Amino acid sequence: MSPSTEEIGLSTTAERAAVVQAAGSTPDKDWVIVTRGLKREYDMGGEIVRALRGVDLAIRRNEYVAIMGPSGSGKSTFMNLIGCLDTPNAGEYWLSGELVSTFKDDELARVRNKEIGFVFQTFNLLPRASALHNVELPLVYAGVGSAERKERAMEALTKVQLADRASHRPNELSGGQRQRVAIARALVNRPSILLADEPTGNLDSTTSEEIMKVFETLASTGQTVIMVTHEPDIAAHARRVVVLRDGLIASDERKESFTAKLGL
Amino acid sequence: MPFFESVALALNTIRVQKLKSFFTLLGVMIGVMFLIAVVSIVQGMSNYVENDFAAKIIGVNTFTFRRRPNFNPNTTDDQWREFQRRPRIYAADAELVRSVQPVGNKSAIVNQTFLYASTQYARPRQVQAIATEASYFDIKKLVVTSGRAFSSQEVSAGAKVIVIGTDIVDNLFGELDPLGREVRIGGMPYTVIGILEKQGSVFGFSLDRQAIVPYTTPVSRLIQPRGDLQSMIVQGPSREVMQDGIENAREVMRGVRHLAPGKVDNFALETEDSALEFFDGLKKQMIVFGTALPAIGLVVGAMVIMNIMLVAVAERTREIGIRKALGARRRDILSQFLIEASTLSVLGAAIGIALGLLAAKIVSMTTPLPAAVAPWSIGMALILGAGVGIVAGVYPASRAARLDPIAALRQE
Repeated sequence: MSPSTEEIGLSTTAERAAVVQAAGSTPDKDWVIVTRGLKREYDMGGEIVRALRGVDLAIRRNEYVAIMGPSGSGKSTFMNLIGCLDTPNAGEYWLSGELVSTFKDDELARVRNKEIGFVFQTFNLLPRASALHNVELPLVYAGVGSAERKERAMEALTKVQLADRASHRPNELSGGQRQRVAIARALVNRPSILLADEPTGNLDSTTSEEIMKVFETLASTGQTVIMVTHEPDIAAHARRVVVLRDGLIASDERKESFTAKLGL
Repeated sequence: MPFFESVALALNTIRVQKLKSFFTLLGVMIGVMFLIAVVSIVQGMSNYVENDFAAKIIGVNTFTFRRRPNFNPNTTDDQWREFQRRPRIYAADAELVRSVQPVGNKSAIVNQTFLYASTQYARPRQVQAIATEASYFDIKKLVVTSGRAFSSQEVSAGAKVIVIGTDIVDNLFGELDPLGREVRIGGMPYTVIGILEKQGSVFGFSLDRQAIVPYTTPVSRLIQPRGDLQSMIVQGPSREVMQDGIENAREVMRGVRHLAPGKVDNFALETEDSALEFFDGLKKQMIVFGTALPAIGLVVGAMVIMNIMLVAVAERTREIGIRKALGARRRDILSQFLIEASTLSVLGAAIGIALGLLAAKIVSMTTPLPAAVAPWSIGMALILGAGVGIVAGVYPASRAARLDPIAALRQE
């Protein structure tokens, strides 16, 4: 129990273990994400692929976590589960005190809409819509009225310094700008977690730094950020690094010990 | 997503792909266009037949006593042979029918056919020669604008006088005043005593080519060489009195012809209803054939829309994935594509309606066919358009709604 654990957005190993082990019980609201024995298997033409083999993970509000792992480690599957795009075969997944692993399609859609902000490697903006309209989309599905939507979308674009590009289409924006539009879109509905999947995978190193700074700022203002990446130097921006290997958590440590190991 | 926003989104999608959307719409457009045009023309004809034709050609509250029916579609060979075997109608029969008519019924013997009329001033023209009695003018509400109609005395005396329509005046007399001049009908000389008011035409058939003479003059012999009568028209003051007249006529004619009960009449008593019935049949046929083709157009249109929507779903799989990741529920995606398909086809229907109205207008201006727009047909076309879109959109939209977001997002 070093004093640094009292820092914003850092949970201790002991606290996490306590939350994870209390199977079946509703975790405290403060724990945004709790997974208990999360399993996901795929049937690939008769062959069962066990992508996740029982993942226990707890993430507290305000944490900035990177999830790493080589390809085939199950990190994409894990991200899909965390992002409520997929449901597990076994295990519990609690998101903001809700047991979302039992949710059906429409409830999952609502959770994706309200609780999760996605940032993708390929940006995934609608090509024919303006930046503003792209940012508005989650609010459209949340049922927010047109005037309020515009205002909130503009606010989100201002936060990523793109207010002057609101009427531009994605193909009129640079890669970094597109990713910032995507971040604005992810944040516009004030989600519990910001889920980024290789957010810098399609960007050059200068732009990557720029995007990482945006994440940094968000994390320091209290936004929970979960970032999936396979690049250690990108993962090193997070305060906590979880490494997956063969469908299990191989390590879960503070950034300092992670960077020390890598010699960064 | 709110309905109007979905429509706006759909319109935007259509606007972005103008040419593709146009070809998608073509089937529905053409289908609706022909539907509107056909319905308008049929409606126009039926209005015309009901309002003008029946009164002008046949007369209000009239029946015609004749050897065989005039309006008789689909006559079989057997029927035709039966008609030929029927006894002819002579003056005595006409007098008998006339004698049993209720008070107030007017009647006129009518023999008519097309004959050539000629004057010394112009080449001969074909005219509608009507050999009749003085009461004919009254029954048909014919107005003589200059000169006069012939009297019953002239009819009994067999005076060779004639009342002609304006077309005949124009064609045979040019600038001359026809009154008092001679015109030959089928070679027989007549003196013009009156000119009829201009009446216009029915289905391109001019009513101003009538040449009316007493039935006691030689033209009758040209029309009915055997000396029998073609028909007698009877008009009652009301429909009921006319019906009484028909029944009396039937009774007395069956009597003189010794028809046993159960045997069919061997003469015809025809009202305007027979004509209207004939036109009703015609109208039904026209509606059936006239709408069968557009219906095929609409089916083809629906298939085109379904195809294009399937392509759109495939093309926009990633968009669907993005929308789902951002919280779109199945029904949001379903309604988005359904609304897109129906917006597309309603747009097609709207263009089709405009083109159909235009086509009806052109047809009524360039041909004798009248056209009247039936308001229900526009409403029906729009509903049909939306229906086609929804039917065509259901399958593609449900495919879009069922897409797995992960797979959809992964697609390039």
